[in-house]
Amino acid sequence: MSYIAKPKVTHPGLPRNELGLTVRDYEGGMSTLCAGCGHDSVTSAIVQAAFELNLPPHKMAKLSGIGCSSKTPAYFLSQSHGFNSVHGRMPSVATGANAANRGLVYVGVSGDGDSLSIGLGQFAHAIRRNVNMLYIIENNGVYGLTKGQFSASADVGSKAKKGEENLQPPIDPCQMAIALGCGFVARSFSGDKQQLVPLLEAGIRHNGFALIDVISPCVTFNDHEGSTKSYHFTREHYHPAIHADYIPPAAEIRAKYDEGCAMPVTLHDGSQIVLRKVDPDYDPTDRAAAIAHLEQLSAAREIVTGLLYIDESKPEMHELNKTTETALNKLPFERLCPGRDALRSLQQRFR
Amino acid sequence: MKPTDISNPDYFHRVVDCQWACPAHTDVPGYIRLIAQGRFTDAYMLNRKSNVFPGILGRVCDRPCEPACRRGRVDEKPVAICRLKRVAADNREDVRDRLPKIPQQKNGKRVALVGAGCASLAVANDLMPLGYECVMFEALDKPGGLMRSNIPAFRLPVEVLDEEINMILDMGVDLRLNTPITSMKALLEEDYDAVFVGTGAPKGKNLEIPGRYDDPEHVHIGIEWLESVAFGHIDKIGERVLIIGVGNTAMDCCRTSLRLGAKDVKVMARKPRGFFKASEWELEDAEEEHVEIVVNHSPKEFVVEDGKLVGMKFDLMEYDLDERGRITDSRVVGEEFLPCDDVVLAIGQENAFPWIERDIGIEFDKWDVPVVDRRTYESTRKGVFFGGDAAFGPENIIWAVEHAHQAAISIHKHCHGENVADRLPDGMHLTSTKMGIHEWSYSNDYEQAERMLVPHVGLAERFRRLDIEVELGFSAEQAAVEVERCLNCDIQTVFTAKLCIECDACIDVCPVDCLTITANGPEEELRGRLSAPAQNLEQPLYVSAELPQTGRVMVKDEDLCVHCGLCAERCPTGAWDMQEFTLYHPHVEDEIAPVAPDKVRKYGT
Repeated sequence: MSYIAKPKVTHPGLPRNELGLTVRDYEGGMSTLCAGCGHDSVTSAIVQAAFELNLPPHKMAKLSGIGCSSKTPAYFLSQSHGFNSVHGRMPSVATGANAANRGLVYVGVSGDGDSLSIGLGQFAHAIRRNVNMLYIIENNGVYGLTKGQFSASADVGSKAKKGEENLQPPIDPCQMAIALGCGFVARSFSGDKQQLVPLLEAGIRHNGFALIDVISPCVTFNDHEGSTKSYHFTREHYHPAIHADYIPPAAEIRAKYDEGCAMPVTLHDGSQIVLRKVDPDYDPTDRAAAIAHLEQLSAAREIVTGLLYIDESKPEMHELNKTTETALNKLPFERLCPGRDALRSLQQRFR
Repeated sequence: MKPTDISNPDYFHRVVDCQWACPAHTDVPGYIRLIAQGRFTDAYMLNRKSNVFPGILGRVCDRPCEPACRRGRVDEKPVAICRLKRVAADNREDVRDRLPKIPQQKNGKRVALVGAGCASLAVANDLMPLGYECVMFEALDKPGGLMRSNIPAFRLPVEVLDEEINMILDMGVDLRLNTPITSMKALLEEDYDAVFVGTGAPKGKNLEIPGRYDDPEHVHIGIEWLESVAFGHIDKIGERVLIIGVGNTAMDCCRTSLRLGAKDVKVMARKPRGFFKASEWELEDAEEEHVEIVVNHSPKEFVVEDGKLVGMKFDLMEYDLDERGRITDSRVVGEEFLPCDDVVLAIGQENAFPWIERDIGIEFDKWDVPVVDRRTYESTRKGVFFGGDAAFGPENIIWAVEHAHQAAISIHKHCHGENVADRLPDGMHLTSTKMGIHEWSYSNDYEQAERMLVPHVGLAERFRRLDIEVELGFSAEQAAVEVERCLNCDIQTVFTAKLCIECDACIDVCPVDCLTITANGPEEELRGRLSAPAQNLEQPLYVSAELPQTGRVMVKDEDLCVHCGLCAERCPTGAWDMQEFTLYHPHVEDEIAPVAPDKVRKYGT
C-alpha cells in the first residue's frame, strides 16, 4: 500500500486502443494490499486484458465476496459497475445481475477461502447454471486477512509460516469445475502475465462460465520456504501444458505455429483462441483425459497451467432458460410487470 | 548486456540530468529541496560551492540544465531551475559568516590573474581560502568583465553583480584596476608562482561587406557597443535599428536599443528560426518587447547616401532541409532594402591575445588560439593557465566557473611541485531515504502543475530607465509550486538483484512504464522489448544481475522515471530502495583535506 496515489503522469508514447483509451484509463484506486501481493499483479493483468479487448468500462460489472482477493475490484476499472457481496455469495449476486442484464461483461474476483470454503456451494451452482461470466480465483492457500491459517486449497505437507504442516487434502477448483461440466477451465500464475492476459481475454469472451484459478502468492503469510504456494515453489514446479493466444474477431492469426501443435477454437462471438500444446500428451477438449492428467501431475506436485479444458458448445444460463434478449431495465414497464390480470391468468394455469 | 556498474559515480550522476548537464555539476535537486523547505541561505551556499555566482547566474545563466531536465521529457516544460536559483539568492540572509575563512598566515605563493571577469574571480575564490596571494589585473575601471560590460542592467542589476564580486574581492584579492597587461613576457618576469589568463573573448566579429566604413559612426560592434552603454559612454541610438545576428548578444543589443530611444528594431537572421543561436527564452523576452525577428536575410551591403547610413541591402535566402531538419542546400532568391539609422553587428566574438608574445613557450594553434589542456587548463608553458572564454572561445559564465575550479586545482598542484594531471576522481555517496514503510525523506508525490511564469515589469514602465530589471522573480506562492515540479532525480532507484522475488509489483505500479523483467539480450534488441521502448539512447539502461528465481534480469529505462518511489514502496523485499545520491566533485580545497566520500553531505552541516 502507498500513501501517495499512482501519479497521473504517463509515458508519452503510451498506446491507445480502439476507444481512444490508454491502459491507465482502466486502472482503479490505489491498492491497499501488502507490497508484493500476487493479487496486484492479477489486477494489472485484468487492466491489460480489458484495455486490449477495447472494453467500454461502463459495460463491465465486477463482483466479489470477502477476502484480500475480493478487495481488488476497487483497484481496476474504476468506471465499471461493481458489487462487493457477503462472504462466499458473489456467485448468486452475479447470477442475479446477469439474469437482469445480459448485456454486460461480468468478472467475478474471489479467493480460495471465498470460493472453496464458505462459498463452495454457490461456486458449484454458478458453474452448473453456466452463468456467462469470468470467475477468477486468486488462490494463495491461506487466509491472509486473518493472518495466515491454511485454506481449503492448501496442499498436504505445505508448511505454515510458523512451521506447522497442513494435513487435510486440498480442493482443486479446476478438477472440480471440469467435473461439474464447466466449459472453460484454466490455471495460471500471477507472476506470468504473458500467459495470464490472453487467458483473461479468452475467458471474458467465452460464452458461459469461465474459471481461471490463478496461483497468487501471499507475500506476507505464504511466501516462505516449505510453502507450496510461494513465488519460488510455483516457479520451480510450473508446468505450462496449453498456451492459449486470444485472437479478436476478424483479426488474422499472425503468429507462426508449428504444424500439428496449434489448435484454433472459435468462440461464440467469432473470436478465436489458438491453443498451443506445450505438453504433447494433453488434450484440452477431452474431459476425462483432462481430469486424469491433472490428477496425475498434481500427485507429482506439478502445477499444471494453461487452458486446461474447453468446450464452446454448452448453452449458457439465458439460453437454457429462454429468457429475454433485452436487459430488464430496457424492457417497457408493461412487459416487465404486466399487472394483476396477467398474474391471475398465470395462476389460473396451476389450479 | 552486462550488469550496470553502479559503483561508477558517472552512472547515477547521468540520471540527474540537470547536474550532469551543468558544467559545474551544481546539485540542482539538492538546492531545490532546500528552497522547498524555506532554507534559502543553505540553498544559496550549496549553489555557491559549485557555481560561485548564484545571484548572477540565477538571472543570466545560459541554463544548460533546463533543456536537459527530465521534467521536460515527461511534461514538455522543464523545471524553472535558473529562476529558482534566483529565489534562493533573493531570499537569503547575510552569508558573510558562512564564507570561507581567509588565513592570516599566507602560504607564500603568489598568483597573477589577468582580467577581473568571472573566471579570474572564481579562481581567486578557490585559492584565497588556501592562503594564496592573488593579484588581479583589470584593464577597465571596474571588475566583473563581461558580466558587467556585456550584460545589460535590465537583466542583471549592478547591486547583485557588485555584491557577489565583492564577496570574493573582500577575501583580500589585490585588485589592480585600469592596469591592462600589455606583455605576457614582462608579467612572467615578475615574481609570480603561476599566471592565470581569464581575459575572455573581447573581440567582436566584424562584417566586411561593401559600405562597412562609409559611415562608421552608425555601425557598431555589438559587444563594444554594449560595453560603452554599460559604462555610460553611449546613451542614445537612432529610431530605426538593425541588429545583425541572432545570438544572445543580439538579444541584448536589440533590447538595449529600445531603451536608448529606438522605436523600430529588427533582428536580421540569415537562417530560419530553428537555426538561431539565441536561447529560446531570450528570444521570447525580445519578442515580448515587439522586436521583429526577420529570417532568411543575408547582409549584402551598407547603403550610405551623402555620408550618412540610410539602410542595408540583404539577399533573400531559401534553404532546402533534409528529413532531420538540416540544411542541404541554399540559394539567393531576391534582394531587399531595409532603411535604418544604426546597425549593430552581433555575429560572434573571439578571444584575442595581442599581448602574448609568440616566443615565450605558449603555443598557439592555426586559428591563433592558445593550446590549452582540456583537463588541467595549462598552456604549453608550465605555470601559465587559461580559463573562461580565453581558453576555448566564447561559452558562458557557468563554463568559466568550472574552468576556474579546475584551473585552481592545477595552480595549486603546480605551486607545490605536484603533477597537474594527477587529480582526485569524482566520487559519490548514496544514503537511503527510507523513513518508514511509506515514508521517504523527500517529497515523492508528483506535482501536476505546469511551469510557472516569471512575472515581468509592464512594457511601458520598463523602458523608462536603462536599469529597470524586467524580471521580477517568482512570488513565494509560485516558488512553492515550482519546487514541487522537480522530480528529485538525485533520489536514485537502487536495485539489489538477490533480494528480488519477481512478484512484478514494481512493474505494475510504475506510472511511466520504466521497469521490465525479461530475458537478457544485446542492448539494441533489449531496448525494443521493454514495457515501453527505451528510445533515448543518451540515457543508459540500468540492467541488474541475474534474478535468483528465473535468471531473467530487471531492466530500468531511466529516461522517464519520475522518482515517485512507488517501486520501492511496493517492493516486499526491499530490492528497490530510494537512495539520495551526493556527487563528490573535487575542488582545490579537497586537495588539501580530501573528504572521505562517505562523509560527503549535501547541506554542509
